[in-house]
Order: sequence, then structure tokens, then C-alpha cells
Amino acid sequence: MKSNRLALVLGALLGLASPQTAAAQTFAITNAHILTPGPVGEVEQGTILVRDGRIGAAGRDVAVPSGIAIVDARGGYVTPGLFAVNTALGLVEVSSVDGTLDARTASLRISAAFDVQYGLNPASTLLPVARLGGITRAVVMPDHDDSNKEREAPFAGKAALISLGEGGNILYRAGTAMVLELGEDGAARLGGSRASQLGQLREIFAGLKGRWTQDNAWGLSEADHRALAPVVGGRMPLVVIVHRAADIRQVLGLARDFRIKVILSGAEEGWQVADEIAAAGVPVLLNPTSNIPSSFDLLGASLRNAAILHRAGVVIAISGNDAGHRVRDMRYNAGLAVSRGLPQAAGLEAITLAPARIFGVADQLGSIEPGKVADLAIWDGDPLEALSEPVAVYVSGKAQPMESRGTQLGQRYAKRPD
Amino acid sequence: MPLGAAPTETPALPAKAAAPAPYPSTYRARPEPDTAIVNASILTATGTRIDNGTILMAQGRIVAVGRDVAVPAGARTIDGTGKWVTPGIIDSHSHLGVFPAPGVDGHADGNENIDPYTAHVWAEHSVWPQDPVFTKARAGGVTSLLVLPGSANLFGGRGVTLRNVPAVTVQQMKFPGAPATLKMACGENPKGRYGSRGRAPATRMGNVAGFRRSWIDAAEYARKWDAYERKRAKGEPAEAPKRDLGLETLAGVLKGEILVQNHCYRADEMAVMLDVGHEFGYRTTAFHHAVEAYKIADLLATEQTCVATWATRWGFKMEAFDGIEENGAILASHGVCVAIHSDEQRLIQRLNVEAAVALAAGRRAGIAIAQEEAIKWITLNPARIMGIADRTGSLEPGKLADVVLWSRNPFSVYAVAEKVFIEGALVHDTESPGSIYRSDFEVGQPVGVE
Repeated sequence: MKSNRLALVLGALLGLASPQTAAAQTFAITNAHILTPGPVGEVEQGTILVRDGRIGAAGRDVAVPSGIAIVDARGGYVTPGLFAVNTALGLVEVSSVDGTLDARTASLRISAAFDVQYGLNPASTLLPVARLGGITRAVVMPDHDDSNKEREAPFAGKAALISLGEGGNILYRAGTAMVLELGEDGAARLGGSRASQLGQLREIFAGLKGRWTQDNAWGLSEADHRALAPVVGGRMPLVVIVHRAADIRQVLGLARDFRIKVILSGAEEGWQVADEIAAAGVPVLLNPTSNIPSSFDLLGASLRNAAILHRAGVVIAISGNDAGHRVRDMRYNAGLAVSRGLPQAAGLEAITLAPARIFGVADQLGSIEPGKVADLAIWDGDPLEALSEPVAVYVSGKAQPMESRGTQLGQRYAKRPD
Repeated sequence: MPLGAAPTETPALPAKAAAPAPYPSTYRARPEPDTAIVNASILTATGTRIDNGTILMAQGRIVAVGRDVAVPAGARTIDGTGKWVTPGIIDSHSHLGVFPAPGVDGHADGNENIDPYTAHVWAEHSVWPQDPVFTKARAGGVTSLLVLPGSANLFGGRGVTLRNVPAVTVQQMKFPGAPATLKMACGENPKGRYGSRGRAPATRMGNVAGFRRSWIDAAEYARKWDAYERKRAKGEPAEAPKRDLGLETLAGVLKGEILVQNHCYRADEMAVMLDVGHEFGYRTTAFHHAVEAYKIADLLATEQTCVATWATRWGFKMEAFDGIEENGAILASHGVCVAIHSDEQRLIQRLNVEAAVALAAGRRAGIAIAQEEAIKWITLNPARIMGIADRTGSLEPGKLADVVLWSRNPFSVYAVAEKVFIEGALVHDTESPGSIYRSDFEVGQPVGVE
């Protein structure tokens, strides 16, 4: 009930200023229970001043210029917009309908050079669904196409960072990272065993220091060679999907030997080598609910992984339950990690500032901090709780529609019998 | 209420009345001292919440639930201050044991997918009791579950209702007296599986034709056995027809003794399947997954067919594209019996959180459902679907003491199932990690309890 009233108030207030004008991106949120990583921290009864789509000020004693629109949060939590990782948002519509899948290539000529930025679909029905989960930015990652078993494809390709704001262009930053998979699945794509894959990867990385030649031993195309060059210099991070503790150690060795800036993804057995990951300064993208020993790669998978890695000093980002339709589950997953020992503040940070930091955009995104982009969510309760929901979401200061195709279908059929 | 009295026995069909059911349960409750949880908030799944309440369990049964329950001297007393008590969580759609972890080919025993008509297979003959996910589900408060065959086939085979207890044989897990169930599947899975191999069914109309032809055969089979039994009853000489395992199961459905669990996503297909039931005289106990059930809520209420579904899964195939979080709440507001199910290994550990998502979505859509009601989605209503609601699923005197003590409100993501009781036996206790049973697969391997 309370949330409905709040939504109405917000709707009425936002209606006063047209969302299409720059003025709409200048407003103040008052009576906010600010909850953010970074210097502002937790402020009850705080005010957030948004100017031209950026945070102007945030805290307890913020002067609100006269004449600007006011959004009364009525004591509700206000957090940074959530920052999703390991997604395929904008690259998938229906998982089983091949024509809607743009996160992968079956090309024999490119793997590393595959770049997801060209396939993004701003009209995807998945974007509003994720946004209703408070998500405002997402890293979209290439996946592997395993339809051709003969194809040897070491790399999935290049990731991008998108905005979930309504509108034409959702690409925020291209070439955010290179993606590589190790473990059982990765090995199957490069020689059929871990030793084969890791050996060949070492050859490839060593070869990248020289110029590309047509007859290179590992069959790398010129486009792939060019795409990988910034990885070896540490200018583009390499996301490595990996599960087993022993494989994680191999990745850390690879990173050290070739000065690669590595981001681990998955890392279900990371807790077993937490100190080594921390010492290497390597961050981890993980799903705390990935606790099933679903293969011999991750027998040690545990709900406590997030808490143990955090305690060891590893920067972690928490993902949703799939790459597309269930990205919105990421905040519940953060809450579940909290239920198993992750500190509350670290849970929120793992879905806001930590991913922004890991992907090199923390100067712009990830926290409520003067100068940063005004990606915000106002909640009707604890943002990590499934019982809570956002009542307003802002991307670059723009209020977003609080509906999706799903909520529209719900409204169509929700009428109760009399 | 959507379901009538649940059958209490599972006669093997067409076995003679006196013959015991084959593959009988050898489950025995572990004897434990009488136990009282005091000072807890208790969601009974009968529509009420008792604050500062006590639940008393003795000899595997619930003896009393209320504010003024005297705890007998000598009973083990657990302080529930600040904590919550619910019935044991029940999952009406699981594949634990038949698609166990690790998910290697050698373990894939849930789909006899070489023929669309496999009513003759029984999921219990595939269950691997050492599946480590049983342990994890127990940590999520799951005390009973319906393990079903997969959905590749029109008739996938019989499901089996299990107690989530450590065991070496599946018989030790079988819920005594739980009715048999038949898994059926509509839509994309069967037509896709077989159509792509150049055989029927290749379309939805092919699916339905396949069902109808089978029910015609089943009715004829049932008639032959009825005629035989009549002659025998009269003392006339009669030769028993040859048993056919698949038709035996279908005939059991026609006699109302085997419960139909129908995997079906789309509203229009569910409506057709209800008419198939009308044509051949069987009832569908529940549609499973049923992500479009909200479009035919009134029809399902009239037919008294339950819905077992998710809140968060949608869009993974065409028939799931209209799946919405509000499904459960809309159905409940129309009087349909709703269960939140898992169908997967991760979700079975947190059906309480999935129910919370469904609850919040309802609130967003203007449908206010009390937690006292919503707790039934993961307790009493799945018990109805499985035909065991007379024995478990709610906290009432005389029912089996299947009980969870939560660290806090179970609809919270922070809630941990601290103690889990099955028929009064403490089978999971976070206070005593060393006591937590590990399956044989976990022994000597670094598999985490959580």
C-alpha cells in the first residue's frame, strides 16, 4: 500500500517536468535513506541533488535550490542503480529461438575479434524486466557457439557495457573486456584437455608480442591477433570463466607471466584459494547460489564462497541467475550471500560499486557521489530483499517507466472475479 | 478448496486387493525425544500466524501448536525467540536423484527419451539416493518432494514422492502411502524431441492425438481387467489378461488412483488438456510450470486443478515467453491452489525466496496476499498436489512433525533454515555442522554443505 502511494506521488511529481527536457534531469530527492558504497555511505533523512543527469550533491545537509522539482522518497532507501555482470542483455530474446541469439559466433575466422556491441537490441523486452529489478547498467558478454565441434575457438570475444535507460542507444562502452573460458567446457574447445588448452593459450599469448603472420602455428586470424593485443599489455581486462581451484591457480600464473589484467568469473572453488586470488589483486564475478557440484570442475561450490573471498580481501561482483531473463535475481543473490556471512554493506557494493570498479568505470558509475552519473533506485524496503521493489529508477537522471511487458500482461489478467 | 480428500493408499493396478504394492516403502522415522520449540513466530499454513507460540512434537507427530502449550517435563526444548517456524518445505516438482549432481552422462536417468509413450517407466527406478543435492535441499528446509521423470515424452512415466532423508536405497525414502503420479508433457518438449527425429509427435495437434490414442487403449485395457475381476468375483473361471506396465499406469489414472501431473506452459494448451481429461474421464491434479495459467485462472478454479509454477523463470523458450512474476498471486486471488516449485537444483534450496518474489509481484499488481496464505505455496498446496496433505504440509495436531525453524521470517532472503525436522527427527542442524549427513559422493571430496 505504502509503495503504491509513493509511486503515485512520484508519478505526479515527475509529470510536472517533461522527462525529455534537460530540466527533467535536474531535481532533488528528499527524505531519502541513502545507502551507497563510497564516501557518502548511509544517510538517513538525506537529500540527493541531481543536476543535468549527474549527482550534484548527496548527504544530510544538501541545500535544494528553489524552483527545482522535488521527489519525496518518504524515507525509502535510495541506492545507486544496480550494475549487472555476466549478462547477455540486449543480445537474447528467447533462449531457444536461435534467431534471437546474438551473443555468440560460429565463425571459423574470428573468436577474439567477435564484438557484441554490434548486435545490441535496445527494444529487447528483457531490458525493462531487469530495470524493474533496479538495474541501470550491465556488462554484456559474448558466449560460445558449440554447434561446430570441429571449431577451435579459444576466445568468446569482446564484452561491452550497456545502459538500461529507455531510448535508442544502449551501448555505453564497447570493448570492455575479452572473454575466455577454461575448465571442462573451455578445454573441449581447444585441444580437448586442460593441459592442451593452457599450453596453447601460453603459445598464443607469447606470439602476440610479435607481428601477426599468416602462417602462425595456432591459426589465429589477423583480426583476432589485433583484438588480443590490448589484453597482453593489460589495457583490456581478460574475463576468465573458471571453476576449479587448480584451474584458478593456472589463471593466476598466466596473468603473472603475461602481465594480463585478469577478472575471474564463476570461480566456485575460489574460496579454496582465496588468499592467492587476493594476493594477485584479481577480482571475481560470481553467483553465490552456484553451489551445486554439477561437474567435477566445481565439486567445492559453496554458498559461502562470496563471504570467504570478501574476507580474504578479494573484490567481488554478484550476478543474477542467468545471463538474460533472470538477471534481476542479482539482488536476492547478494542477500543470500549476506545470509551466509557476507557483510551487508559488501552485499550492496557487490552489485553496484564493485562491478563498476572491476570494469574500470568507477569514476562515473557505481555509487551516489558528486560528479557521478545519476543512476539511482528508490526502494520500498531493503533493496536486497525479494519482498522489496524499486518504486522509481533513474538512468543518467532520467526517470524510467516502471513497467515491462510482463507487468502489462499481469494488469491485463489481474482483474479479480466478482 | 481445490482438491478433495486425498487418497491414502496406492493400490497397484490391477493387482488383487490383498496384494501389497510392489517396491514398498521401507522408510522408518528415526526415533527422537519429544521436542518443543517455544517462543517462536509460527506460520501454520492453515491461514494463521501464532506469535510467541510453541509447537510440541512427540513420536513423530505434532501434538500441539499454540500460545498456551504446556511443555512436558523431559521434552527437548528449543528456544525460538526471534525465530520463525513453518511446516517442512515441500517441492512438488523436482528431478533430484534422477538428474543428480554431478550432471554427467552416466547420471542422466530422468528422461527415457527414445519414445514419446513411456508411461511404463517409474522415476523411483532411476533415483540415486547419493545425489548430494538432497543434502542441500535439506539445508533449504525441504522435507518431502515429488521426483518426476523429465518432459521429453508425452507420457514420461510415474513420479515418486520421497521423504528427504539420508538413505542408501530409494525404498528407504519413499513416502509411505503416497499415491502414485503420472507425468505428462504438452508443448514444445515432446513435439520438438520427436519431430526433429522425423517421427510423431511433430506438432501440438500431434501431441494431443498421441494422448487421445493412448487413453483409448487405456480404457480398453481397463475394461478387460474389469471383466476378468468380475468373473473372478463370481467364482467363474477366467484367465488374467497380460499385464502392460504403461497401460496399467494409464488405467490407474482413469480409475482416479494415480494423480496426473501435467507439464504444460500455455493457457490454450492447458484448456485443451482439460478437455482431453473430460473426453476420457480423468482429472488433472496439477499443471506444472504453467507460466500462462494466470490467463485461465477462473477455468482452473472451476476444474479444481492446481498449478505448480515459478516466479522468476520465463523466456527460455517460446512457450515460456509470457511467464510473469504475478502468475501465482493472480491464480491465488481467483481461488486456484498454487504451489511454487523448483524443477532445478539451486531453486529447491530457496523456495521460500521464490515465494517472496511471487508475493511482492502480487502486491505490485494490487493483489494483497497475506504471508499466512503464501506459506501454503511451498507447504500445504504442494502436499495437496502430491496427495499427502492429510499427513503433512501444515502444522496441525496429529500431522507428521515435518517442521523448519528459521533464523527469521522465511520470506526474507536472509532467512536460514537452522533446524529441519522430518517426522520429529532432526535431520539438519546448523548449530551442529558435524552432525549434518553427507552423501557417499561427498565423502572424501571437498563438497560444501551449503
